[in-house]
Amino acid sequence: MTTGHHIGRPIVVIEGVEKAFGAVTVLRDINMTVSTGETVCIIGPSGSGKSTLLRCINALAPVTKGSITVDGQQVNDPKLDKLALRRKVGMVFQQYNLFAHKTALQNVMMAPIHVLGQQRAEVEERARRLLAKVRLTGKENSYPGELSGGQQQRVAIARSLAMNPSVMLFDEVTAALDPETKKEVLVTIRELAGEGMTCILVTHEMGFAREVADHVYFTDGGLIVEDGPPADLLCAPRHERTRAFLDQVL
Amino acid sequence: MDVAQFFSWLNDAHGINFSIFYDPFDRDRFLAGLWTTVALSVICILASIALGIVGAWAQGAKSAVVRAVAQGYVQVFRNTPPLVQLAFFYFAFATLLPTVRDSFGGQAPLISSFGWAVISFSLFAGAFNVEIFRSGIEAVPQSTIEAAEALGYTRLGAYRHVILPLAIRVCLPALNNNLVNLVKTTTLAYAIGVPELLYAAAQIWSEVLNVREMMNVLLVTYIALVALLVAAMNKWERMMRVPGFGQ
Ligand SMILES: Nc1ncnc2c1ncn2[C@@H]1O[C@H](COP(=O)(O)OP(=O)(O)O)[C@@H](O)[C@H]1O
Ligand SMILES: [Mg+2]
Repeated sequence: MTTGHHIGRPIVVIEGVEKAFGAVTVLRDINMTVSTGETVCIIGPSGSGKSTLLRCINALAPVTKGSITVDGQQVNDPKLDKLALRRKVGMVFQQYNLFAHKTALQNVMMAPIHVLGQQRAEVEERARRLLAKVRLTGKENSYPGELSGGQQQRVAIARSLAMNPSVMLFDEVTAALDPETKKEVLVTIRELAGEGMTCILVTHEMGFAREVADHVYFTDGGLIVEDGPPADLLCAPRHERTRAFLDQVL
Repeated sequence: MDVAQFFSWLNDAHGINFSIFYDPFDRDRFLAGLWTTVALSVICILASIALGIVGAWAQGAKSAVVRAVAQGYVQVFRNTPPLVQLAFFYFAFATLLPTVRDSFGGQAPLISSFGWAVISFSLFAGAFNVEIFRSGIEAVPQSTIEAAEALGYTRLGAYRHVILPLAIRVCLPALNNNLVNLVKTTTLAYAIGVPELLYAAAQIWSEVLNVREMMNVLLVTYIALVALLVAAMNKWERMMRVPGFGQ
């Protein structure tokens, strides 16, 4: 089952991407096209390069070969306008990575004020709306250290959304959470996907992937082993390696 | 009997001579010394913190030259005695600078002994502050910095709004220690004739011959100054405290 929303033009285009750390090649010949409104899941064993791929998309890590474009902007351009790229791409991490010295509300408000120079009053109004959207009304003035993992992760999602991104990257955002809090975060992401946000998710939640993904990629050893609609890939994988991986996690 | 009368009587009756409490001339000299020490301390504290912040930033700079300069500065000023540094600035370096015409038509040095003390102690304490801030910065998780970058912060923006505020909270106790040390180090300015507390006290005891009394006054005064600084730092620490972070 897909979310059934409208899928538009290609927004993230990855062509022949290779990434090496020194002598170690972590990604080899990655090709992937993600269109606006699409939700894409990347699954695969630990160490297969999933995080690295997400980090390449928003230029946290430079690619060694190949090309990535986001909304027409060449990410591997040496004269890359990083700010322009990062306005378009939001990222949420496994460890939430909230700013521990700021309240939930301040965490959401910081970047629009510091980075985009927007008006405080207007940013605050939007930040409160975003916190309400991720069901954290009443937690505005709590510090990260006073929030549960699931609550922190939802603040992190609101913080990314405050920059009005066109694409959201989620890197195993529920991996550190217990089953109960996992659900709150997954519900938030599902809503976001349902509203037509372009999402690229690295996840080990196969049930969730099946439910929200329009397309699933299985990676292993830095390669995309196979990809396809979730019903095909997750239920009837063509490759032995995919089957072995799914047997292990399901 | 007021305070002055009491100390005057104490001197007459018992030969215990706290002249600064009854002799206006000694009192003024002492207060001038106290003021100089306070001014020297406050300026050096602020300047050394600024140096620490800039230096810790420079240690992580992209340019190898900038990193090398920061590292060289820290090594030189941490590994040589502060009195030697002060003497070097005042006796070796200052003589290379041009002099200026003073208001009486004579030649005056471009930088006063007070000025050299400020420069010398700020650099000395600043070198330690660089290392202190760096240890705080190293305690900030790389993933937090990455999150700031992913939100569009530049390296400088992330340093200012995320890394430094977190780092300072981690390293306040160490900073506290170093600043206490700095206040105590200001007595070395005596060696180049800056009329700070020790200098004023020595002037008084060599004329009034009340070394023992003035020594006690000095100790108590420094304890009070350091207590004041520690109280201020503790207040700062409390202001910066974040629920659920650190401790
Ligand atoms: N900064 C780095 N330097 C060197 N090796 C790295 C770095 N980041 C990741 N790697 C290596 O790249 C491989 C893929 O890592 P990663 O992208 O985190 O995989 P995944 O997210 O799929 O678990 C791993 O072998 C990891 O050790
Ligand atoms: Mg990973």
